[in-house]
Amino acid sequence: MCLAIPAQVVEINGSDLAIVDLAGVRKEISLSLVDGVEPGDYVIVHVGYALQKLDAEEAERTLAMFAELASEYGAPRPGS
Amino acid sequence: MKYIDEFRDGRVAKGIAAAIRAEAEPDRGYRLMEFCGGHTHAISRYGLSDLLPQNLRMIHGPGCPVCVLPIGRIDNAIELATTHRAILCTYGDTLRVPASQGLSLMKAKARGADIRMVYSSADCLKIAKENPAREVVFFAIGFETTTPPTAIAIKQAEALGLANFSVFCNHVLTPSAIQNILESPQVRELGTVPLDGFIGPAHVSTVIGSRPYEFFAEEYQKPVVIAGFEPLDVMQAILMLVRQLNQGRCEVENEFSRAVTREGNEKAKALVAEVFELRRSFEWRGLGEVPYSGLRIKERYRQFDAEARFGISYRRVDDNKACECGAILRGVKQPRDCKLFGTVCTPENPMGSCMVSSEGACAAHYTYGRYKEVA
Ligand code: SF4
Repeated sequence: MCLAIPAQVVEINGSDLAIVDLAGVRKEISLSLVDGVEPGDYVIVHVGYALQKLDAEEAERTLAMFAELASEYGAPRPGS
Repeated sequence: MKYIDEFRDGRVAKGIAAAIRAEAEPDRGYRLMEFCGGHTHAISRYGLSDLLPQNLRMIHGPGCPVCVLPIGRIDNAIELATTHRAILCTYGDTLRVPASQGLSLMKAKARGADIRMVYSSADCLKIAKENPAREVVFFAIGFETTTPPTAIAIKQAEALGLANFSVFCNHVLTPSAIQNILESPQVRELGTVPLDGFIGPAHVSTVIGSRPYEFFAEEYQKPVVIAGFEPLDVMQAILMLVRQLNQGRCEVENEFSRAVTREGNEKAKALVAEVFELRRSFEWRGLGEVPYSGLRIKERYRQFDAEARFGISYRRVDDNKACECGAILRGVKQPRDCKLFGTVCTPENPMGSCMVSSEGACAAHYTYGRYKEVA
């Protein structure tokens, strides 16, 4: 029940409301807990509120680390 | 979906699993508790235990806010909707939780109580606006992720002058529950149930940050890794814990750097501190009374506190005596050790907390693990 999901902000309406895209479904959420969100950003959404911005660079870094680990231990790189 | 699918790549999971097997030292045991039901669910659903070495065991913690809601609190919620005839708004997960006398919110609703499922606390305000002649109560549950939205609803209700809106507050705190487990005699006294490390829930930490765990790492000498809920996140966290244990380190590490910082969300934390304060004690289903583990509404916002408005008093109701949830949540027992598991107690007819939501240890084991063990 505490599971939140990453979603992309497609539109910001007024100061606190945003439309996010959840696998093609558009949903209105509140931005009142986070500052400085722009359309195109990803946010972590839970019970209708964005809890945090998602840091795209950090996400890439984590994925790169996974891929490196996996290849180091013999699994093929994803996509290869 | 972006930021989900990439974190479910099965081949990469196997690679990380190979790393865990290579690095876990064969002559020692690793007992790691995933506190949060979201992790329990991911471990069961993706069969992650099968990828782990024999000497590494995952222990399912109590981190499922639906599962830990005590029966007496559900009884109170039903009382609000029946005796007090309020419109009771609730997150869908609570509907099936068993209450006293074979009741649940769902059954109370079937008998005519006005119980409405909401997606967000904002929906409750809408319902309150649309029904000015009725009392509207938000049955607020959850850990640190749902608390800020409840705080916002209370502040908005005040700004809007919504006199018919109140909140039945059941918010609980993750760090206090972990501390309770670490303080329990089985865990503290050497040799009974050793817990070697913790996986901390990422979404809670998007709000509270990683900092509250630094105390545990130091005080109890247990490593903590804060991790996301996708299978690769969980596997990576396990690897990070294995490395810490091998190197004799007890630190807080953050696997979910994509949205968790050390301080968390200051804005959300400030809101929560403004509206809520600690209860001296709160009962958790499965764990019993846990000191300073729940929140209540501050005096300043008392007019929005349903407990005060309706004079709600809590009465403790015990679970079925044979239920082993308490022991399971502390890692002393496993679901299959319970006599009721899968026979008397099933997800359709839960007897204890761990069977209530799909994130509970017994329910996850029932849904994803049972047949595998029999086979
Ligand atoms: S199977 Fe049911 S009764 Fe047994 S421990 Fe789990 S929840 Fe409790």
